[in-house]
Amino acid sequence: MKVDASNPLWRFRGITSTAMFFFAYLYLPIVVLIALSFNENRLATIWTGFTTDWYLVALSNDDMLRAAQNSLVVAVSATVIATIAATLAAMGMTRGRFRGENGVSAMLVLPLLVPEIVTAIATLLFFVAIGIKLGLLTIIVAHTVFCIPFAYLPIRARLEGMDPSLAEAANDLYANEWQAFKRVTLPLLWPGILSGAMLSFIISLDDFVISYFVGGAGATTLPIYIFGMIRIGITPEVNAISAMMLLVSIIFVSVSFLIDRIRY
Amino acid sequence: MSEVVISAQSVGKTFGAGPDMVKALGGVSVDIFQNEFFTMLGPSGCGKTTLLRLIGGFEQASYGQILLEGQPLNDLPPFKRPINTVFQSYALFPHLTVRQNITFGLEMKSVSRREANARADEMLDLVQLAEYGDRVPSQLSGGQQQRIALARALAPAPKVLLLDEPLSALDLKLRKEMQVELKRLQTETGITFVFVTHDQEEALAMSDRIAVMQSGQILQVGGPREIYEQPTHRFVADFIGDSNFLIGDLVEAPNGGRAINFGESQVINFTQDVAADKSNDVTVSIRPERLDIVGADSAVANQLAGTVRAVTYFGTDTTYRVDLDGQATVTVRMQNGDGATAQFAQGDRVGVVVPSDAIRVLVD
Amino acid sequence: MGNILRSKRFWLIAPAVVYIGFFMAIPLVQMAYVSILERGDYGGVNWGAFSFNAYVNFIFERDLMDNLVVNTDYIQIFLRSFGLSAMTMTFALLLGFPTAFYISTQPQGRRNLLIFLVTIPFWTNILVRNYAWMLLLRNGGLLDSLLNWAGMETGGLDILYTPYAVSIGLTYTYLPFMVLPIYASLEKLDHRLVEAAFDLGADKRRAMTRVILPLAAPGIAAGCILVVIPCLGAYVTPELLGGGKFMMIANLIGSQFGAARNWPFGAGLGFVLLAIVLISMMVYSLKFKSLPEEKI
Repeated sequence: MKVDASNPLWRFRGITSTAMFFFAYLYLPIVVLIALSFNENRLATIWTGFTTDWYLVALSNDDMLRAAQNSLVVAVSATVIATIAATLAAMGMTRGRFRGENGVSAMLVLPLLVPEIVTAIATLLFFVAIGIKLGLLTIIVAHTVFCIPFAYLPIRARLEGMDPSLAEAANDLYANEWQAFKRVTLPLLWPGILSGAMLSFIISLDDFVISYFVGGAGATTLPIYIFGMIRIGITPEVNAISAMMLLVSIIFVSVSFLIDRIRY
Repeated sequence: MSEVVISAQSVGKTFGAGPDMVKALGGVSVDIFQNEFFTMLGPSGCGKTTLLRLIGGFEQASYGQILLEGQPLNDLPPFKRPINTVFQSYALFPHLTVRQNITFGLEMKSVSRREANARADEMLDLVQLAEYGDRVPSQLSGGQQQRIALARALAPAPKVLLLDEPLSALDLKLRKEMQVELKRLQTETGITFVFVTHDQEEALAMSDRIAVMQSGQILQVGGPREIYEQPTHRFVADFIGDSNFLIGDLVEAPNGGRAINFGESQVINFTQDVAADKSNDVTVSIRPERLDIVGADSAVANQLAGTVRAVTYFGTDTTYRVDLDGQATVTVRMQNGDGATAQFAQGDRVGVVVPSDAIRVLVD
Repeated sequence: MGNILRSKRFWLIAPAVVYIGFFMAIPLVQMAYVSILERGDYGGVNWGAFSFNAYVNFIFERDLMDNLVVNTDYIQIFLRSFGLSAMTMTFALLLGFPTAFYISTQPQGRRNLLIFLVTIPFWTNILVRNYAWMLLLRNGGLLDSLLNWAGMETGGLDILYTPYAVSIGLTYTYLPFMVLPIYASLEKLDHRLVEAAFDLGADKRRAMTRVILPLAAPGIAAGCILVVIPCLGAYVTPELLGGGKFMMIANLIGSQFGAARNWPFGAGLGFVLLAIVLISMMVYSLKFKSLPEEKI
C-alpha cells in the first residue's frame, strides 16, 4: 500500500497504539538487560550505581573465553564452507528453469523448515551411527547445513535482480566465461555474498540447541556455556556476557543489512 | 553495398523439447551487406531478436548456419566473434565508470591501456559525451546511457554492430533524436548495423534495407520505399502503414493489359507484373492516400462506384469510408489544404479513383 | 552445448545439495528408521532389532504385572504444546497484524527501518532473549518491583516458571515471524481497493473485515504457520522460563537423549513433530500455491 499515514482516512482505531506497544514489548527486555549489565549491585535488579566491572569479570573468565573461542572457530568454519557452497548453488539456480528445480530448491531451504530439535537429534543419531566422535568437528558440520540457506537466499536474491544481459555484454566484449565472472558478476554479487556470510556467521554463533546435542561433552560453545551459567542462577556476570552477545549480533545484522542495500 | 558480411543460410531455432517446444525461427536465409543499415522488423515473437542473438552467438542455431565474411560462425562463442551488441537494457556495467565500460572490450582484446584510453576518448567524442568519462552509469540519463552503450559496442571496431530495440526505453522526442544520431554514427563509422525493432516508423526512417518478419519467417526484404509501396504479403502491407485489402479476380483488360474484377462489373486496370499461377480470389493492397474521390458523374478512368459512409477530419487530412457497391469498404485519405478537392458528405454517391500502379497483388 | 551447460549448472548446485542431503536428509530418514528399532539396554539403539515400542510407549506403559495401561503423561505434554502454541499464535496475531498494518501505511524509508527493527531480535541469541525475560519476570524483578512501587502488594509475583511465563517468552521469540509475512501481503495490497470499499459505503470496520483482512489472508496464514511450527519445537523457552517443570515436545524429545536414554522413543517423537510440520506446510502450499517462508 502506498498511502499517506497522516490522512485520517487511513487511521484505524487501535493500530498505532498496538504498534507502539509491540515495539516496546520487543525492545524492553533488550534495553533492561543491557542496563542491568552496568549495575553495580550484585543482586542485579536493584540499581545502585554504574559500573563496567562485570564486563571485566566476564572477560577475565578463562572458561568463558575458551567457549567463545570455540564458537568463533565453529562460526568461521561453517560460514566459509556454507558461503562457498551457497554462492555456487545460487549461480547454478539462476538463469532458466530445469527439470527437478522445485525439488532442488526445496532441498536448499530444507534446513529452515525442519524444527531445530529434530535436526539436532537426527544429526546426533547420524553421527553416532557412522561412528564419528562428537566434538567441534560435528558441530561445524551441523552448523554448515543450516548456514547454507541463510547464505543462499540473499545471494540468490541479488543474482535474480541482476540484468542477465550484463554477463552477455561482457561475453560480447570479448571476455570469456571466467573473465566475465571475475570482472562483472563477482563485483556485482559481493554485497550479497558478504551479507549472506554475515548472516550465516551470526546464526552459527548464536546457535544453542543443535550445538548442545551434537557437541558431546568436550565441545562447549559460548551459548552452551551461557546456558550452564543461567541454570545456576542470575548473576551480573551473565548479564554482561549476554549484553556482549546481543551487541555482537545487532552489529553484525545491521552491517549485513546495510551491505545488502548497496546498489549501483 | 557489394560484399556480403553476414549470411544466414536456412537458420532455424527451437526452444525446449516435446510438447513445450517453441519454434522461434523457421529456417530463414538472408544476406546482409557491408556498410548497410539493415533492420529486422516485426511484432514481438516474430523471431527477430532470436536471429540477432544467433548472430551475436548468445544462442546456438538448431539447424542451418551463419557465415561472417564467408566463414561459418556456428561454434564460436560471443567473445570470439568480431561482432558487438547494443542491448535493449543497455547492460552498462554499473560498477564501472563510463570510461571503464568503453575500454572493457579493448582490454579483453589486450589492447594497451594508453591505446584503449585514446580510443575511449575518440568514442566519447563520437557520441558527444566527452565530459562524462568519469561518471558511473547510474548518474546518466536514459539517452546518455544509450549513447555510452553505443560507444562501448563501437570501441572495439566490430565488423557488425547488433542493436536490439535500443530505442524502446526512450521517450518519443529522444527516440526521434537518437534515430538521426544512429544513422549518423553508422555513416561515419562505416560499420554494418543490424537493427531490431517493432516500430515501423523507426525502421522506415533509418534503414537501407528492411526484413519484415512474422512467425519465425522473413516475408520480404527490401528498401523502405519498396517495402511500403510494393508489399508482397498482406502482413507486410498491414504491419507497415495502413492499407485497404480487396479481393478480386485477375482478368484481361478490355483494352489489353491486366485488370482486376471486383465483381458487379467493377474492373480496374493495373500495371504490376504478376505470375499467373493464381487468378481467382486474389488479395490486393491499396494504400488509402493513393486513392482519390470524385463525383459519381465524373468520367475519370479506373474508378469504383460507392457511397460515402463516414467522414473523419484529421487536420492535415480527411479520411472517407466508402462502401463500394456490393463489395468491401475502403478508406480514402485526402490531404487538406489549398485547392483541396471538393468536400463530400456522408451518403454522397462517389467514384473512387484507383491509379493503376497503386494496386499491389499479394501472394497470400 | 545445451548438455554441457546443464552439466556445468549441475556441478555448481551439487555441493550444497549433496551436503544438505548427506547431513540432513539422510539423518532425517535414519531418524525415522531408528524410531522403529529396539532401545539398547544401556541407552543407545539395538541396530537391526525392530520394535514399535517407541510408538506404543507414547500412549501405553507397562505396569508391574507387565500389562499395557494407558499413560497420559506424554499426551499431556503434546496437548500442552499445542495449547501453548495456539495461545502464542493468538497473542502474536493480535499484536502482529496491527503492527504490520501500521508499518505498511508508513513512508518507504520508515517502513524499511521498522521492518529492520522487527527482525533484529530474531538474529540475537535465543538464550539471551529468554534470559532477559527471566530478569523481568522473576520475583523481585523489574515487573514485580514496578507493581510493588505502584502500590500493589504482590508478595512476590510468582509468574516465572509458570505456563504464563512460557507463553510470554514464546510470543516474544516468534513474534517477528507473524509480522513479516502479514506485512508482505499488506504491502502488495492495492490501496485503491480499500478506497473503492470506502467509496461504496463501507465504514472502516467493514473495509477492514471485508477487504483488507481477506486480501491479507495468505500472509496471516503464513504468519500463523511460521509461529506455530517453531513453537511446537521450542526447547529453550520452556527450559528457562518454565524452569524445566513445564515440558513441551522438544524438551521431551531432548530428555530421551539425556537422562531417559530412550533414543528410539526420542526419534519417534521427532518424526511425529517433523510430520506435523511437513503436513502443515503441504496444506498451506496446496491452498496458497507457495511455501509460507516465501511470504517473508
